[in-house]
Formats: sequence, C-alpha cells, structure tokens
Amino acid sequence: MESVAHSIEQVFRQESGQILAVLIAATHDFTLAEDALQDACIAALLQWPVDGTPRNPAAWLSSIARRKAIDRLRRDATLARKQGQLEALAALEQAGSDEQDEGAHFPDTRLKLLFTCCHPALALEARVALTLRTLGGLSTPEIAAAFLVPVATMAQRLVRAQHKIHDAGIPYRVPPLALLPERLDGVLAVIYLIFNEGYATNSGDALIRQELCDEAIRLARVLVELLGHEPQVPTDPEVFGLLALMLLHHARQHARVDADGDAVLLEQQDRSLWDRAEIDEGVRLLEGALAMRRAGPYQIQAAIAALHNEAGTAGATDWQEIVALYALLLRLTPSPVVELNRAVAVAMAQGPACGIALLQRPELAAALSEYHHFHAARADLLRRCGRYEEAVSAYVRALELCQNTAERRFLERRLVEVAAAG
Amino acid sequence: MRYALLIHVDEKLTASLNEAEQGSMMAEYMAFGERYKDKIVGGDPLLPVAMATTVRVRDGKTMTTDGPFAETKEQLNGFYLVSCDNLDEAVEMAAQIPDAVGGCVEVRPVMEFSEA
Repeated sequence: MESVAHSIEQVFRQESGQILAVLIAATHDFTLAEDALQDACIAALLQWPVDGTPRNPAAWLSSIARRKAIDRLRRDATLARKQGQLEALAALEQAGSDEQDEGAHFPDTRLKLLFTCCHPALALEARVALTLRTLGGLSTPEIAAAFLVPVATMAQRLVRAQHKIHDAGIPYRVPPLALLPERLDGVLAVIYLIFNEGYATNSGDALIRQELCDEAIRLARVLVELLGHEPQVPTDPEVFGLLALMLLHHARQHARVDADGDAVLLEQQDRSLWDRAEIDEGVRLLEGALAMRRAGPYQIQAAIAALHNEAGTAGATDWQEIVALYALLLRLTPSPVVELNRAVAVAMAQGPACGIALLQRPELAAALSEYHHFHAARADLLRRCGRYEEAVSAYVRALELCQNTAERRFLERRLVEVAAAG
Repeated sequence: MRYALLIHVDEKLTASLNEAEQGSMMAEYMAFGERYKDKIVGGDPLLPVAMATTVRVRDGKTMTTDGPFAETKEQLNGFYLVSCDNLDEAVEMAAQIPDAVGGCVEVRPVMEFSEA
C-alpha cells in the first residue's frame, strides 16, 4: 500500500502538469480540471493496490481524469457552456485513444498554461503559487511550506486565482506577438522568483527549497523547449540567459553551506564541490544567448556568475570584467542593490577605498539604510582598509538589521575581530 | 464576455483643463468610440461628484446625502460597457481610453445571468 501511494505520488509529481494542461485546454476550467485530477488520484489509490499498477500509470491517470471531468459535467450538464466542454472532452477521448503520445499531441498546452498562470491580472504571489501547483505538480501544503504561509491561506489564494482566470476571462493561450515580449518577461520573473525563493538559505524546509530550485530550472527548460516549437515566436535570448543564470548558481549549491548549515562566502567555497557539468551547460547556453547580441539583465547576471565559476581560485576572479558587467547591468536596470554590488566589485578590482567611496553617495546610503547587506559590505571594506572603529559601528548596524542566524554568527565573529584590532 | 470599463480621474485635474485641452480630450474620446464601435455596448461620461446624491435605505427609511459615497482622490467620471473575447482584449481597450493616461480604468467583468 505504502509503495503504491508512493508511486502515485511520483506519477502525480511528474505528470500532473501535463494532465491538467490537457484538461484545461479542453474545458478552460481550472477548478474542474483540478477536481477531476483529484478524483483520478483517489481512484488510483483505491484501484492500484487491488489491480496492480497499470503499465502506463500516467496514461491511466490522464484517461481517468478525463472521464471524471465528463462525469462531473454530466451531473450538471444543463448549461450551454458545459455542453461545449463535454464535446471538447469527448473529442479528446477520441484523439487520446493513442494515449502513449498524449504529450506529443499537445506540445503547446503547457506553454499556454504557463502564460495563463503568469498573467499580470493575477497578483504576483498568486502567479507563483499557481505556476508551482499547476505546472510543477507541487501540493498545496508544499507550496504553503515554501512560502511560510498557513495551508488554508495558500489554498484560498489558489482557489481565488483559479476563479479569477475563469470569471474575469483571462485567456488560455500563448499571447499574440504584440503582447508576447511583456508577457514573456512576466513568465521569466515568476520562474526566477521561484528559484530565488528556493536558493535563499534564510528559512523553511531545506528539501522543499531544493525542490523549488529544481522546479524553476525545469520550468525554464520547458519554456526553452516549447518556445523552440513556435516558429512564429521570435527567440528571446533572455530565456536562455535565465536558464544559464540559474544553472550557474545552482552548480555551487553543495559548496554554499558548511556542515553546520552556515552559509559559506563565495571566496571561501571549496570550488571542487561545484558541479562542472552544470557550469558547462550554463556557459554553453549563455554563449548561445550572447551571440544573439541582445543583452538583457538575466544574461548579464549569468555572465557575472560564469566569471566567478570559471575562476580556479577566488584570487583568479576577473574583477575588472565583473565591474564592467555590473556597470552595464546598472544601466539596464538601475537599482540601489545593483549599485551596491558594483561597488563591492570595484573594491575587489581597485581596492577597498574605491568601493567605500562609491558607497558614500548619499542617495545610495539613504536608499539602503535599512538593508543589512549594505552595512555588512561597508563594514567589510572599512575592515580591509584598517578603519576599525568605523567598521565596528557598521557591523553593529548590520547586526541590528540582520535576521538570519547563520549570517549573524558570521557578522558577530567579524565584529569581535575588528573590535580587538581597533 | 462583457466588461465594464470604469474610468476614474482626479476631477480637479479635469476641471483645470483649458478650452483647447478639453476640445482635444473630447476628440480623443470620439476617436476611441469610433475605433471600437463594434465592441462598445454602452457607456457615458458622468457629471462631477459635486452633482452626486447618495441614497441609503436603513430600517425602511430612505436617507439621501449630498456627494459621492466615499471621498477619494480619483472619482468615477465615466464608463463603457464593452463586449470582448477575453480580458486581454478588454485591457487593450482600457489602455486606449484617453483618461487611462493620468487617471486609471478599472476593468470589471459583468455578472452574466443569460447562461443559466
């Protein structure tokens, strides 16, 4: 029984996105599709232990889900709209008799679904949750755990989003060319947000965080592949840039945390733990993107990550090039945080005093006055310059603002060092 | 699907327009109406909220008060009822409404009873 439940869960994880996509494509009804899939899973839990696991579990689930959707509609088929849905499902039944190839028959269903889930008329947090639920096959409790909200809150957020898609008439389609660039940006932003949520070491269950990273990478791969199938859609190098960026960061995952679960600074990481295959793939994707000669923020950030990854030792890092890339990034997406990163890179390339000078710009200091990374970076540069007294007050300020235990431990260690040196 | 496009603007700004600016705003609305005449089911501009009367019935008694139901920075000053295939189309139309620049347009799906 245990193993059947486990195999259902596995099939569900891998296939639910595709099964839902096909059902939603036919009915345009998220709630119905979800309910039908749920019914099919219950049926599997009841039948598989008795009859054995079917030869093709995914096809079995898909076909049962379809029938369950039809059953649900028949129970209340008085509305004209439902008649249309029934016909669409019946057509699917015909087309899907060759069930092995279901995915191949509907290459664009998942792409449409992704664009629908990331529609700007939905709140950003709802887009993220809906994408994970519908395309990632994560359960509602898992998503709730990842975002540290109660399960009931997350369930309500998902239901509300599904209702809005239906009631407000959010279309189920790949947007027309005029809307595509803007919409694609939105999809990429959701994927990157999912990745970052998983990549941040602050909080939550490590396993679920890992899953978010994997899921974001998988979604980006799906996007690359599906967009490749759409001949009329112009290639956006940022899609490759994002996938490269995530891979290049993900490659360092085993070196980022030490045995105690503490974050390890990039310059102190054991570089032999980095995943070479992932770095190579990321670099290859990035080179392909850069060759299209339309640089964007994801490509530039990936290029910065690649320069770190390609340095054999921290000392061998090409900081001049990284400074140039941050300057470019700052031009494309001006923000105080990018400015901070550039200042840190300048300090590495030209000496800490140059970095401190950049951080002194009053507008920047004001914008980041509540951002602990700003004070921590400034403290570090002051320390390197031997300005210990100022470094102490900067570390104290950083500690006032920092919530993360592992980072606090690190800052406290440094504070003791500079206090002793001063 | 039908949508209400509810146009909200700061009336003080509208009132501050000179005659030429009012004329060109009017011309833009005419052009909008012409461009989307196949989609527009209805709609009208509204007089300022100073002309509004708010009605409430409490315990069977009708109470009328001067002014809008709520004081807000921007006020509802016109609406269209449009028929569109989906939200994207309604949003595209809303973005073409002259007062979307400066003001804002709320896109609200109409509750449909005809299906049942």
